[in-house]
Amino acid sequence: MFAEYSFEEIKSILIMQSFGGLSLLCIYVLMGLGLYVVFGQMGVINMAHAEFLVIGSYTMCLASKFVVDHMPTFINHYLWIAIPLSFGVAFLVGWIVEWLLISRLYKRPLDTLLATWGLSLIMQQCFRTFIGAREMSATLPDWLMGSWAPTDTIDIPINGLVILATTIILTTGLVIFTRKTRWGLRMRSTSQNRDMSQALGINTKVTDRFTFALACGISGIGGAFLTTVASTSPTAGTAYIVDAFLVLVLGGLGSLFGLVISAGFLALLSSILEFFMTGSMAKVWLYLIIFIVLAKFTKGLFSSKVRT
Amino acid sequence: MKLKSNKLYKIASLLAMGVTSLLHAEEYPTAEVNTTGLAVTDDTVTVGQLHSITGTMAISETGSVEAERLAIEQINAMGGVLGRQIKVIQEDGASDWPTFAEKSKKLIIQDKVACVFGCWTSASRKAVLPIFEKENNMLYYPTFYEGLEDSKNVIYTGQEATQQIIYGLDWAYETLGTRTFYLIGSDYIWPRTSMKIARNHIERVLKAKDPKCKVVGEEYYPLGHTNFRSLINKVKLKKPDLMFTAVVGGSNVAWYKQLTSAGVTSDKYNMLTISTTEDEVLGIGGENCEGFYSSMKYFQSIDTEDNKAFVKAFKERWGEDSVVGDVTQAAYLGPWLWKKTVEKAGSFDIDKIAAASSGIEFSNAPEGYVRIHDTNHHLWSKSKIGKFLKNGQFEIVSTSDELIEPNPYPEGYQ
Repeated sequence: MFAEYSFEEIKSILIMQSFGGLSLLCIYVLMGLGLYVVFGQMGVINMAHAEFLVIGSYTMCLASKFVVDHMPTFINHYLWIAIPLSFGVAFLVGWIVEWLLISRLYKRPLDTLLATWGLSLIMQQCFRTFIGAREMSATLPDWLMGSWAPTDTIDIPINGLVILATTIILTTGLVIFTRKTRWGLRMRSTSQNRDMSQALGINTKVTDRFTFALACGISGIGGAFLTTVASTSPTAGTAYIVDAFLVLVLGGLGSLFGLVISAGFLALLSSILEFFMTGSMAKVWLYLIIFIVLAKFTKGLFSSKVRT
Repeated sequence: MKLKSNKLYKIASLLAMGVTSLLHAEEYPTAEVNTTGLAVTDDTVTVGQLHSITGTMAISETGSVEAERLAIEQINAMGGVLGRQIKVIQEDGASDWPTFAEKSKKLIIQDKVACVFGCWTSASRKAVLPIFEKENNMLYYPTFYEGLEDSKNVIYTGQEATQQIIYGLDWAYETLGTRTFYLIGSDYIWPRTSMKIARNHIERVLKAKDPKCKVVGEEYYPLGHTNFRSLINKVKLKKPDLMFTAVVGGSNVAWYKQLTSAGVTSDKYNMLTISTTEDEVLGIGGENCEGFYSSMKYFQSIDTEDNKAFVKAFKERWGEDSVVGDVTQAAYLGPWLWKKTVEKAGSFDIDKIAAASSGIEFSNAPEGYVRIHDTNHHLWSKSKIGKFLKNGQFEIVSTSDELIEPNPYPEGYQ
């Protein structure tokens, strides 16, 4: 396959392909992060997780539409407001959802599954009714488009670099938050033993609500960045949810480290497979390999150390 | 006194109008124009509309729903069909093919509609086809599609594959000097059949003209796939003169955005697509596809009076921000072609319409003159090549000199 190409060309392609894999890793992490917080910290499987990603995407799209319509000179800087806004909106919706729905179901995990799935359908229909069925996408500032070309034959996507930076900031931020702050301490103690934490004077109700809303907010940011690579539609979440669960399950359900490693594993695998095979066949092999891995490691690559 | 005479005049004119339409309808008594028990009364005729208003296809089908409605409203304002106002029963296929089949049964058997405007994907058409054939009803189908089908019970108002593809490839060969092709599509029947025709044309017809012509890659990705980085790297390695693409739905946006961000832009690469219309560009963003080409039979920017009037009416009815893509325009043709056919046949009976369809002309269609073929149910139409502009519209760079014959069963291409 490579005989007819020069060493230089192959080197460039290899570098770009590696960066492509790295971007994919970041996207998997962004998709799985919120799901991990809710499951790892609260033991709740949130089937509506992907819809919170979509909330973030829509916030970004609507913000960009507003800016384009009303203050076009601001287009290069609106990201700095749109991203916190995506976090805020998703956080707020998460807060309300926890208050109305999830908080009543902590003792009934199977019902949560059903309830959040129902919630995801309701949210999809809301997007369709209130925002519209058509696909939307955000107008990106000029500096985020195009590529950075260190040599003639290498193009590194700028949005890929931004996504990489965001993923690193979000992930390390989350680690520091859960390990080093009071809130993090409350979150961890509640997840380890809700009754005991309550007895020790932690308001577990507020902690749960905050944790859930935080996870939704993080998903919102993830969703905002997903608009730089793909579009948003009411049902966009159905495509994300599979990948998000795949990463989480493969990573062992409860560990952030496992999440990152499994995202890396999936990204590496699909980058290699897609390069040497055609797209659809690569997908078949990808799922087949995941199936075999999960059959071998039934608890994922890194199983959770948290007692439940 | 003046007021009174005004009133009298109004009453008189209303009466006159009523009488003319009554006369018109009386010329065609219901018993004669409807011998098979369709939902036709002395002053109304009921038709069905069957598209996805929910689910993943809603994005694409909305435009068709709107165009068909507009056409029906315009026809009604002109006095309807054979003096009868058109009533619409709309059903939702919900992007689910068995639901399409079920709803078409409901429309045909229970509502006894005179015809149905609907379907979008080939999968939905294939799902309803046996029902239309068994129950003998008529479907007006708007989407460009893969061909290899010609039913008595369907009128295909979009282009079949050869009309769109062969003209596009010949144009690229002549104008862009394309010799090497990379074929890329979503993984389902329409792109696969289209690429089969494309490959055949490149390797048989174009290669005969210049032996350097060849296909350097052919790839399909699942519907909804959003990661094209590996594919883009493969394209960069093989450096084709042209990427010939049929990527659809949500994948489209990811595909164009990632091309731009990987530095694959129109100043270094050429792309000709058969799947991206103004509708899709709304989501993709014009800046991501600027300079690439699309092969269609209709673009919103066609500079004729008929088209301008149509676009204006469409925007007045459905909002200033709406755009009209190829399929939306083809959907608009449906009700008009049906009206012309019914008037030619002097009857709503399906068998008579199926027979009368041959040679039906629509000379002031937005896309220009079209005619239903004499021996199959497709349209003669002119193919066009449009160049993507940054504002989401197309600059038409080439139009076929002649109407291109629809050839749903192309010999040598199967």
